[in-house]
Amino acid sequence: MSLLRIRNLSVDFATASGQFRAVDAVDQDVDTGEILAIVGESGSGKSVSMLAMMGLLPWTATVTADEMTFDGHNLLTMSSAERRKIVGNDLAMIFQEPMSSLNPCFTVGWQIKEALRIHLGLGRAERQTRAVELFEQVGIPDPAKRLSAFPHQLSGGMNQRVMIAMAIACKPKLLIADEPTTALDVTIQAQILDLLASLREETGMGLVLITHDMGVVAETAERVSVQYAGQKIEEQAVEPLFKTPYHPYTSALLDALPERATERLLPTIPGVVPGQFDRPAGCLFSPRCKFADATCKSTAPKPCSAELGHARCHYPLNTDQRIAS
Amino acid sequence: MTQPVIEANALQRHYNVNGGLFQPPQTLKAVAGLDFKLSPGKTLAVVGESGCGKSTLARMVAMIEEPTAGELTIDGKRVLPEHWADLRQSVQIVFQDPYGSLNPRHRIGAILQEPLVINKPDLSREEREAKAREMLKLVGLRPEHFDRYPHMFSGGQRQRIAVARALMLDPKVLVLDEPVSALDLSIQSAILNLLTELQDRLQLAYLFISHDLSVVRHVADDVIVMYLGRAVERGSKEALFAAPKHPYTKALLSATPRANPAAEKDRIKLTGELPSPLSIPDGCPFAPRCWKVQDRCRAEQPTLSHDPHSAACFFPMD
Ligand SMILES: Nc1ncnc2c1ncn2[C@@H]1O[C@H](COP(=O)(O)OP(=O)(O)OP(=O)(O)O)[C@@H](O)[C@H]1O
Ligand SMILES: Nc1ncnc2c1ncn2[C@@H]1O[C@H](COP(=O)(O)OP(=O)(O)OP(=O)(O)O)[C@@H](O)[C@H]1O
Ligand code: SF4
Ligand SMILES: [Mg+2]
Ligand SMILES: [Mg+2]
Repeated sequence: MSLLRIRNLSVDFATASGQFRAVDAVDQDVDTGEILAIVGESGSGKSVSMLAMMGLLPWTATVTADEMTFDGHNLLTMSSAERRKIVGNDLAMIFQEPMSSLNPCFTVGWQIKEALRIHLGLGRAERQTRAVELFEQVGIPDPAKRLSAFPHQLSGGMNQRVMIAMAIACKPKLLIADEPTTALDVTIQAQILDLLASLREETGMGLVLITHDMGVVAETAERVSVQYAGQKIEEQAVEPLFKTPYHPYTSALLDALPERATERLLPTIPGVVPGQFDRPAGCLFSPRCKFADATCKSTAPKPCSAELGHARCHYPLNTDQRIAS
Repeated sequence: MTQPVIEANALQRHYNVNGGLFQPPQTLKAVAGLDFKLSPGKTLAVVGESGCGKSTLARMVAMIEEPTAGELTIDGKRVLPEHWADLRQSVQIVFQDPYGSLNPRHRIGAILQEPLVINKPDLSREEREAKAREMLKLVGLRPEHFDRYPHMFSGGQRQRIAVARALMLDPKVLVLDEPVSALDLSIQSAILNLLTELQDRLQLAYLFISHDLSVVRHVADDVIVMYLGRAVERGSKEALFAAPKHPYTKALLSATPRANPAAEKDRIKLTGELPSPLSIPDGCPFAPRCWKVQDRCRAEQPTLSHDPHSAACFFPMD
């Protein structure tokens, strides 16, 4: 049984200019001990879909889903009191903006110890020991001293590591890491990714890694889900995704990687992601897709079979029929 | 060889920072003596960890901040604060954040003309506007964008506007401080292409600051690797990526994730504490984290030689 199972999740925001669909019919599964990466352009609904699952969206959001279960709990019918017991404990999240999720009025040490007190009921001395240990694990130099620092006294990268320490403090069953290493140097990034991987080995933690960095995805994830304009447009195991992407968007994204460049000019994806007012009738990628035809422009493609990476495309790439035509 | 447009000798920037309650003020050596040359039509990339002094260097070259010591020459002229106003036209800067760097209350047309209003007051209104429209076209934006406000543009379009604004005074040098770090992959490639095309066309020199080595590998001619305010390695892109000499460069290259799941991982794991820029160790600044460290490294400070490819290390990689 999956640790996390989501079916047909949609999120609409009420905005001054009308309804805006940020997440559109997304399915997602994460197994115990699995690392799933979610990639896609800025604004493609990666963060919102996970925040919806954790019940952390503002009231302007309308969340609908056919199914949303975590570790045997039905997240759709659960009361908010029950949900609070799980979130931050078995289900933890590293937020995209570390500064806005730490409380500026308390030292980082107080904040992490408070989490240890509430969720694990540790005593005073144990809390201190464990807090130092956690800071050490995430590579904060001089941990005992740093516990008494306020967030504004630490660099962005240091605060990000504090957030990571807090998220893993209670040994969660599932960790959602939203751009956990963007403010960090590659050498520290490598250390954090190793730490998350080792937690997975030790505790069987499942990990959802939201990131733009295809290098991090390639080195860390087992399965990759690609989002575009709120939809999941493809999902594959990591190796075949990089080798034989089915959706034209995934393929175009990988072509844009500087490290794949063969010419001085890089391949680009012309055009921009559709917004609230120019959502196309057919395939959401059709205005930018070099393979789009009349069918693509008029009819929204349904996800293909699992063998074709659930690609939302009428003409998936790297398939026999494509190669034949 | 063509005359370099920029030459820096022992460029240095120190900051006095508050030591905290009951503590004496301390000196933070953000950039501690840097030498380099930049030629027209070339790209010099500066890479290094967060806080190693890259943006400080950018601000000095763009004449936003004065070096505390050392010498900067632009176009053969020694840079002194009294010449800033004249020289500033030759060197323009583009910042990382395309959202924060444009005034939200001004239309794009006005944003583009602003540098002309300040620096070339004798131009007529028509001339200014014509120049702004031409620049908009040059960076691949549309004529109707002229009257729009920044919030109506995507991140990539805003970065194009920032580049267009930087080009309004026909500079010879662009300082690009993490110009694509905040952008999506697909937008990143469009901006990098734009920079390549502009360089070919206008023989611009770029000081390109980035922590993304795959981007640097694509755009750079020469590379400087910085660590705690100092250059620890310098060389042509080809030489440096093919055979890094400094252990830190080697570690940096090995830790850069590659977008190829089938690739072998042989990351060099660094241990040891990240030193604070307030207490840079004597000797080699990398010594506390280096796996090749010997007594000499802690006692003496290694320096770069005059070779085209050189590392500040007593025991370079072979
Ligand atoms: N509170 C809100 N009200 C209205 N729209 C919102 C709200 N929060 C997010 N959105 C919109 O929902 C869409 C999806 O946002 P989301 O944050 O999930 O994107 P993302 O894929 O995580 O992007 P990024 O890579 O930039 O973090 C965006 O267009 C965003 O502007
Ligand atoms: N105005 C200032 N006053 C005091 N210290 C400063 C000032 N500006 C920068 N510093 C310090 O100088 C060092 C170098 O900073 P700089 O911004 O140049 O780093 P960077 O290499 O650009 O880092 P990043 O990759 O995070 O942008 C840092 O330790 C920083 O805290
Ligand atoms: S459905 Fe058509 S337009 Fe959409 S991605 Fe596939 S080929 Fe391109
Ligand atoms: Mg997000
Ligand atoms: Mg900087």
